[in-house]
Amino acid sequence: MSLQINNRFLRWFEHRLPIISLLDHSVGTSYPSPKNLSYWWNFGSLAGIVLVVQIVTGIVLAMHYTAHVDYAFDSVEHIMRDVNYGWLMRYMHANGASMFFIVVYIHIFRGLYFGSYKSPREVLWWLGIIILLIMMATAFMGYVLPWGQMSFWGATVITNLFSAVPVFGESIVNWLWGGFSVDNPTLNRFYSLHYLLPFVLVGVVILHIWALHEHKSNNPLGIDIKGPQDTIPFHPYYTAKDLFGLGVFLIFFSVILFFMPNSLGEVDNYIPANPLVTPAHIVPEWYFLPFYAILRSITFDLWFIDAKLLGVIAMFASILILFVLPWLDTSRVRSARFRPVYKQVFWLLFIDVIILGIVGAKAPSEPVFSALRSFQYVDLGQIGTAYYFIHFIVLMPLIGWFEKPKPLPKSISEPVLEGAGE
Amino acid sequence: MTSTTDGGHGDTATRRDFLYIATGALGAVGTAAAIWPFVDQMNPSADVLALSSTEVDISAIAEGSSITVVWRGKPVFVRHRTAEEIETANAVELDGLPDPQTDEERVQKPEWLVMVGICTHLGCIPLGDQGEYNGWYCPCHGSHYDTSGRIRKGPAPLNLEIPPYEFLSDDVIKIG
Repeated sequence: MSLQINNRFLRWFEHRLPIISLLDHSVGTSYPSPKNLSYWWNFGSLAGIVLVVQIVTGIVLAMHYTAHVDYAFDSVEHIMRDVNYGWLMRYMHANGASMFFIVVYIHIFRGLYFGSYKSPREVLWWLGIIILLIMMATAFMGYVLPWGQMSFWGATVITNLFSAVPVFGESIVNWLWGGFSVDNPTLNRFYSLHYLLPFVLVGVVILHIWALHEHKSNNPLGIDIKGPQDTIPFHPYYTAKDLFGLGVFLIFFSVILFFMPNSLGEVDNYIPANPLVTPAHIVPEWYFLPFYAILRSITFDLWFIDAKLLGVIAMFASILILFVLPWLDTSRVRSARFRPVYKQVFWLLFIDVIILGIVGAKAPSEPVFSALRSFQYVDLGQIGTAYYFIHFIVLMPLIGWFEKPKPLPKSISEPVLEGAGE
Repeated sequence: MTSTTDGGHGDTATRRDFLYIATGALGAVGTAAAIWPFVDQMNPSADVLALSSTEVDISAIAEGSSITVVWRGKPVFVRHRTAEEIETANAVELDGLPDPQTDEERVQKPEWLVMVGICTHLGCIPLGDQGEYNGWYCPCHGSHYDTSGRIRKGPAPLNLEIPPYEFLSDDVIKIG
């Protein structure tokens, strides 16, 4: 399926810069994809599209925003009230961040279910985790820019995490702040980095796609492509499928954007930042809640490590542990379709993360059930945190050893066209 | 450093090996020296450092009340403690405290408690006259401080910090 260029100018151009064939090999007719990809495989391209939306709306917002503690809050209100379509740009950007995380979290759970992190896709998986980490840093700094109460206190709490580092903690925090508290230097540098990081993200995304194309997409069966009979060209088949998925996604995005644009945010962020008053209930944005719950669930010291440092370590470890998942999972079978025990445990992990998310939104000392006052959200968070790590450190290696997987099909084509995989 | 491929000197270190290492080392030092300004520019600047002391008139603070002043962008609580508060603070057994300190170590004059109003957990501002020890209570993650600002319960590891301060007269203190 090699590319035929008929236009004389394009042929002239291609001879000098072979970009048309590059695109064709990346997302065109010359890129063979497994023929059985389901709609769960839409979320990678959706994430890429949302990243573009974020960059475009962000560049536009930067034309009207002022990164100064005296003007930041007002300039955001100016965008909302005075700038033509400013409200649309800002709501797209703020809710776009939420959409980005929804899409990426589904993408990650897809990878977990179908074993997309396993050999030979470990580096692809690593790049994905790096993308997640950069996304989180970018989202956090972006949330500080409107300089509302949640912006300020979120920034204070999160930068203070680094004060848990032994010996150098305070120096690191003062270095991050450029002062002795979150203030104008902090706002300025966060703005600078918030503008920079999305472009770093684009770079890592390109590496992610490069690594993807080396061994091609995984698929719902989790077995390797055996030959051309197992593939179809990316264009027009998956371009069309991705476009349909994009349409569905845009409807979902539009409903949130136009009918409930503040539903995912915190009302307290419409109060200008006040360094002398902490809001009664500080919560991060929804996409950080499970990690926040893990941070807060560590209320005890362990050996020489105090609770504060241990909480910070646990929070970072909850993401970093994904880097070694390809080796913690000892099963050779990728797809959970053929792993009866892992399939159950996968859903338990999913429920656990949801529970941690709920815990992250509640006050730690609040009772979970009104009838049982001694069982508080902090206790539920500790159980959820323990289970999260048990899943990766204990269950993943053990299940790989003891589970008896179901028989795998001979090839991607075989279940449909008998003998086609031979 | 041995090399068998680059000059026929056998197992002995050559002039070339020395030059490689010397060049590499100098390059590393030069790179570090070039990176340092880009790191250090993020540290507090001269004007931020210059605002590092604040004078406060405390004559108007009635007994049993406190004020919050700003020092280095942070809130500082200045509390005029009642005799009862001082007594409660002194009566505490130090054994059970997460960060043992006597009340005397935390004040210059017992009726004046001056401390940085930032929770030592993750930097929120505790609320006054609250909590299980009638001192301060941090709403973020539930740390309780007593009438001496010592941590008694909750996730915070340390007592509320005492800033450097001095009494310029009976009525004026200088923080910083």
